Amino acid sequence: MIHFVLLISRQGKVRLTKWYSAYSQKERTKVIRELSGLILTRGPKLCNFVEWRGLRVVYKRYASLYFCMCIDEDDNELEILEIIHHYVEVLDRYFGSVCELDLIYNFHKAYFILDELLIAGELQEPSKRTVARLVAAQDSLVETAKEQTSSITNIIAQAANV
Amino acid sequence: MGSQGGFYQSKEFLDLVKSIGEARSKAEEDRIVLSEIETLKRRISEPDTPKRKMKEYIIRLVYVEMLGHDASFGYIHAVKMTHDDTLLVKRTGYLAVTLFLNEDHDLIILIVNTIQKDLKSDNYLVVCVALNAVCKLINEETIPAVLPQIVELLAHPKEAVRKKAIMALYRFYQKSPSSVSHLVSNFRKRLCDNDPGVMGATLCPLFDLITNDVNSYKDLVISFVSILKQVAERRLPKAYDYHQMPAPFIQIKLLKILALLGSGDKQASENMYTVVGDIFRKCDSSSNIGNAVLYECICCVSSIYPNPKLLESAADAISRFLKSDSHNLKYMGIDALGRLIKISPEIAEQHQLAVIDCLEDPDDTLKRKTFELLYKMTKSTNVEVIVDRMIDYMISINDNHYKTEIASRCVELAEQFAPSNQWFIQTMNKVFEHAGDLVNIKVAHNLMRLIAEGFGEDDNTADSQLRSSAVESYLYILGEPKLPSVFLQVICWVLGEYGTADGKYSASYITGKLCDVAEAYSNDETVKAYAVTALMKIYAFEIAAGRMVDMLPECHSLMEEFLASHSTDLQQRAYELQAVIGLDAHAVESIMPSDASCEDIEVDKALSFLNGYIQESIEKGAQPYIPESERSGMLNISNFRNQDHHEASSHGLRFEAYELPKQTVQARIPPASLASTELVPVPEPVYPRESYQTTTVPSVSSDAASTELKLRLDGVQKKWGRQTHFPSTSTSNSTSQKTVNGITQVDGSNTANSRTRETYDSRKQVEISPEKQKLAASLFGGPSKTEKKSATGHKSSKPSSHMVKSHAPKSSMEVASEKTSPVQQPPDLLDFGEPTVKSTAPSLDPFKDLEGLLEPTTQVSSAVNHSSTAAVTKSPDIMGLYTETPAGAHHKDSDILSGLSNSPMTNMVGGTTTMQVAQSSKSPNLKDSLEKDALVRQMGVTPSSQNPNLFKDLLG
Repeated sequence: MIHFVLLISRQGKVRLTKWYSAYSQKERTKVIRELSGLILTRGPKLCNFVEWRGLRVVYKRYASLYFCMCIDEDDNELEILEIIHHYVEVLDRYFGSVCELDLIYNFHKAYFILDELLIAGELQEPSKRTVARLVAAQDSLVETAKEQTSSITNIIAQAANV
Repeated sequence: MGSQGGFYQSKEFLDLVKSIGEARSKAEEDRIVLSEIETLKRRISEPDTPKRKMKEYIIRLVYVEMLGHDASFGYIHAVKMTHDDTLLVKRTGYLAVTLFLNEDHDLIILIVNTIQKDLKSDNYLVVCVALNAVCKLINEETIPAVLPQIVELLAHPKEAVRKKAIMALYRFYQKSPSSVSHLVSNFRKRLCDNDPGVMGATLCPLFDLITNDVNSYKDLVISFVSILKQVAERRLPKAYDYHQMPAPFIQIKLLKILALLGSGDKQASENMYTVVGDIFRKCDSSSNIGNAVLYECICCVSSIYPNPKLLESAADAISRFLKSDSHNLKYMGIDALGRLIKISPEIAEQHQLAVIDCLEDPDDTLKRKTFELLYKMTKSTNVEVIVDRMIDYMISINDNHYKTEIASRCVELAEQFAPSNQWFIQTMNKVFEHAGDLVNIKVAHNLMRLIAEGFGEDDNTADSQLRSSAVESYLYILGEPKLPSVFLQVICWVLGEYGTADGKYSASYITGKLCDVAEAYSNDETVKAYAVTALMKIYAFEIAAGRMVDMLPECHSLMEEFLASHSTDLQQRAYELQAVIGLDAHAVESIMPSDASCEDIEVDKALSFLNGYIQESIEKGAQPYIPESERSGMLNISNFRNQDHHEASSHGLRFEAYELPKQTVQARIPPASLASTELVPVPEPVYPRESYQTTTVPSVSSDAASTELKLRLDGVQKKWGRQTHFPSTSTSNSTSQKTVNGITQVDGSNTANSRTRETYDSRKQVEISPEKQKLAASLFGGPSKTEKKSATGHKSSKPSSHMVKSHAPKSSMEVASEKTSPVQQPPDLLDFGEPTVKSTAPSLDPFKDLEGLLEPTTQVSSAVNHSSTAAVTKSPDIMGLYTETPAGAHHKDSDILSGLSNSPMTNMVGGTTTMQVAQSSKSPNLKDSLEKDALVRQMGVTPSSQNPNLFKDLLG
């Protein structure tokens, strides 16, 4: 099971955090501090895995962003590495060659996409196309809702979408 | 989609993000965030804020909280936002609450109602959003509120909804298995869903269910195998392909499940062999995801009932991993090796050098993984080397969590395999010295007991030798400035018991040391207590031996201090010491007999030695004793106290919830009894049959419903009637036992093997071979190693080890000859299906193998190995490296995926560079490498690609 997902920039700035296991706000800050100290200092040729408090943290660097996922000891690290990559590919498809700036300003979008990809700490959808379709459906609904706030037209639009 | 600036965000928000991005220090960032919090606090509570504004405020709250600040003042607004009618706003509200709230937050109760409403919505997107929230927020108490709706949604026409409903149910199962225990059949049903996504999601809960109870799911083996087969044959829609692999994530999940189901079950495993073998063959080992699936295959093969063909494929895959240049693959290879050696221990020997390279790698992660492997393959022949290495590493790290772990592993290995008492004590000393505060106190007690009892040998002199050496080492260690409390306790105890036993040290010397300890650690009362008792013992032994006792002046002052101590324990000990010193030799000897710590003290509970006195008193007219229970009219103190206690416990808050309303209970009963028919894979309406069952086999239904309605009586002794036990799931017991047997058989023979092997002292090889080969030999020590050495054994004193040294060349030849046999058939040479089982069989005829030494097979094979690794080389990390961007990083053109598009190219580049490296590294120094090569052959090992210069001569 994935316990949490972190996106940290190379300077140690947090770009996204998602917690699937319970951590208090205090613990969260501590976790982020500990892990960014651990991961950002690692050399490029080393493993993409770190041992941490009896758990494993799998991380991968894309440009200046580190994607980290914390998993149990008996999970398949290579698989998690690919889940990270899967997420990045979906982001890429959604934003159109994604860059860190996209995630900085639209972090809520990144959350929505992550919610379609992972649920309860497990990969819920292995198909990129399905994820993209769902997120697009939500977005288009948002667009229509924006244009016509009257609830009746909204219902019609929703019905058309279903 | 042009994303710059995003959707509907005000300039204010963009400015905030920008200023945070440009903040130069944490302090500056904090200042910006704090002023933002002030603004938000003010704005968010203004009445009549437009919805869109409100939505942005909430997103800003999320941002603030993401940066580690407290945004709890706005939680309630996020909750309110989930009530909104428009999905636009609702979605943001749900996102915020799932990020803000943990499942035990008070506000959750306010959201449950909204969730209930949204789950009923006819817009599936609303339902999806609500289900996301359900997974995160619903806790044990609120499960019943949404459960019926979730179950309904399992049959929703939209696959996205079904999938999320499954995951929600899975989450409920994790949080409170009993709440959904009657619904597990739904997971089986959904396994046959038309949509692969839903089927894939169902594997998550099924994996957990099977982990908890394998035997109820054996019937699904065939289904899982056929699903896996279809997936591997690319029957799923193209959309599920990932980097040209057919649905790898689903394959991995299925392999995990099969590993559970096939563990120790020959029949079930046989069904899996074909499909797992197919996957081994089809896996593309040049991509990361292909290797992920391969790794899972190895895990599966090492878990199910062993099959030689598959084990061979697994060994091949492992050697590919280990020879790779990628640290990730090496890591996985080490892990996989650790799994496989449980079944075929001999495969480790092929990879000795690779393992040692990983052990010496600067990468901590890899190093730790390798220690884990060594821990698994420790036996009495290599325990010294492994534990020494572990301790060295333990000393070098600061991470307390891992330090504790590795310390306890050292202790465990030392206790299990210690070749000699002396070594054991030295090892324990090191562990205590460097991680004493982290190890369990029990370990210290074990050590004391071991020193007191010895190893149970008849030979008393060995025991006393052990003690003297312990005393000596402790006196030496006491010179260290700061020692852990636990270790000091051990030291004090041992010095007290055995400090003066061998007559080498005088009582005043030992007592002086003990006083020093008590003074130096004056704020540790436990240590002081140990020290006082030790002092008392020393003086007692002196008195008993008829010698005059004169207390040291520092001891006197210490006693004075303790007599007035605040700690009653210390006080008592000090008074006892005073009293003992005043007694005569005879009395002291019976109070404090020397070396009697192991003797059992028999307590005469009936106080029979007082019988004569009682008789006498009664004859003199005293009242006979009446047991407390028979007394009446007397003030019964203990009873009184009991009552008090009882009352205290019956007061106070009740934490258990009120009983649920009748309705839900009724709703639960039918499904609960439905559980009894669960074995039918797809439970259709079975009510008539079920009622029939209840009448004929009442025990079945009562069993199923017992979780809800009755006391659980399984395994409990019946209070009335004949003495019987309720059988508790006897079927599962018997099968699991079978499982265990399957494994222990292997294990048993294993340990038996290692026991018969003689102790092999690694130090003897020191003089004749370079570091690494020596280490390899001592770690993986050959099977029938040198009976001679057992004679010198572990307690060999210096002269005898000299003797052995002179024999060393000869014995190492033998060693080499015995080890060449596996080398002749390295699996990577025979990649094409020829079985290498022979290579694993232990060689019996050393002379035959000696002949093998002369053949140049090693050279050829290793050369092939080497070049093949270079060709296979694959470097997933390279992508990241190539897409380095300047530190500024806030540029649109720092395209995250720029590496992705040309990854095949970079792979190729990676491959060629390593080739170049290999070539360039084989420049001068031919003689050196020839020598090394000769040594390697002498040791009989297959070098890995990590030592390219070993083969300069061959490639140059």
